[in-house]
Amino acid sequence: MIDRTVFKERFVKWVLVAFALSSLLFLFLIFLFILSEGLPLFLKVGVKNIIFGFKWAPTKGYFGIFPMIISSFLVTIGALVIGAPMGLSCAIYLSEYSGKKMKMFLKPALELLAGIPSVVFGFLGVIYIVPLVRNYLGGSGFSLISTSLVLGVMILPTIISISFDALVSVPKTYREGSAAMGATKWQTIYKVIIPSAKSGILASFILGMGRAIGETMAVIMIAGNALKIPGSILDPLRTLTGNIALELAYATGDHRLGLFSTGVVLMVIIMILNYIANFGIKRKIAK
Amino acid sequence: MRLRRWAIILPLLCAFLVSCSPRSNDRPGGKHTITIAGSTSVMPFTEKLAEHFVVDHKNFIIDVQGGGSTAGIQAVINNTVDLGMSSRELKEGEKTLNTITICHDGIVVVVHPENPVTEMGLDQVRQIFSGRISNWSQLGWKNRKIDAVSREEGSGTRSAFEDLVMKGKEINDATMVQDSNGSVKEVVATDPYAIGYISMGLVDKKVKPVAIDGVSPSIKTIKSGRYKIVRPFLYITNGELEPKARQFVDYILSKEGQNILKNEGLVGFYD
Repeated sequence: MIDRTVFKERFVKWVLVAFALSSLLFLFLIFLFILSEGLPLFLKVGVKNIIFGFKWAPTKGYFGIFPMIISSFLVTIGALVIGAPMGLSCAIYLSEYSGKKMKMFLKPALELLAGIPSVVFGFLGVIYIVPLVRNYLGGSGFSLISTSLVLGVMILPTIISISFDALVSVPKTYREGSAAMGATKWQTIYKVIIPSAKSGILASFILGMGRAIGETMAVIMIAGNALKIPGSILDPLRTLTGNIALELAYATGDHRLGLFSTGVVLMVIIMILNYIANFGIKRKIAK
Repeated sequence: MRLRRWAIILPLLCAFLVSCSPRSNDRPGGKHTITIAGSTSVMPFTEKLAEHFVVDHKNFIIDVQGGGSTAGIQAVINNTVDLGMSSRELKEGEKTLNTITICHDGIVVVVHPENPVTEMGLDQVRQIFSGRISNWSQLGWKNRKIDAVSREEGSGTRSAFEDLVMKGKEINDATMVQDSNGSVKEVVATDPYAIGYISMGLVDKKVKPVAIDGVSPSIKTIKSGRYKIVRPFLYITNGELEPKARQFVDYILSKEGQNILKNEGLVGFYD
């Protein structure tokens, strides 16, 4: 009887271990496949011609994705310019000012925002934001600024939830100490709480960037997908993710490999961002 | 105990799933499957034809897949499909295959309905997409940038447009890119300053077709050979067509099949 119970316990444990490791296995497999498909072209065409090449015409033998790398970073920074102040303000309000009732209302609402599919954001962007930009600012409306606006809203949940956690985890004694020194609430937030939660807040920005740079569907619909590096915020642009999704349907041979190479570059960028974010969070915990 | 039971069930389950998946030409019940793959421009019309065909031919299953012209031709070479669809002519090295022209499709340059420009020269269209003409004032309208919309690299419509209009000139980097006829149409329908090109079958009131060199695109002008931006829709076969697939192709080339294509806005062989 006891033997059987022990066996059962062990069995459950190993099943759980197997599943836990399988998620790692998937990551490893994805890694392996993208690299095995993407690297051959780097060897064939040359890393420099791909990463710093300006011309993308894969059916004619040009695989330069430099403009797309720049464009990806431009929309990401644009999204951050719009999303970061809004997100941080919301997190500060939630952790320092809002009452219990407000929190009970706001938190689920934010989770809902995180759950809206990106194609819906894209659709709303095409229907409302693009014509708005075209009519009031000029250009075709399919532009850097439209994309940044939509992405800025899309990364809000990430920024808010992570910086909220960072703000809440600032010890109560800090607040009390600051109050005891005669600081007002805003002075406490501004001078004590934000500096101590700094690394967590930065991590939230960087994870938000990761979300923005990886976003695809909404971006294809709003960005206009022109290959040129945008000269102004009203110009269309094409991101790395957009390039893959846009052309995958028809791509064969080297063209297809070129899209995988785009994937390799994207993966490396996202890995670096995640590494920086995790590094930031770790420092916070170590404190 | 339980483990051992699973040890038996799991392989069986896998075997069952695997046995379900392979495509076999003859399904149970005497059904006959024809697989067709290739150009996504031809695909919707093939699907339409297949729908009509199976009404009278109940023992047929027609499996239509996309993938693009090149992928379709490749599949024919590898004998993995019965028929390939292509919206471009065969290239050197593919010439050993047989082609069956099922109809022709005009590529139409479209603008927003509010746009007063009704006519352009073929060379002007080329200059717009290569970036040499970039303002509507150069075409006799207001001083406003032209928002040109093209298709993505690899698309059959784009490669036909490159062959028939661009003629060696490159499409400008600053041109917007959309990934289907439908989204090009959507952009042109919403942006008054846009210009794009789409398959003639898809032109409706939301966009305005532009006459090229004085010839407006229509079934009549394409038939008479006066409208020049025309591409064939082809079925590709490797060697002799097997009889069942032949039956489907014969149906398409019959008056009934051609009428379906005509109603979809394509140019068939009958009037």
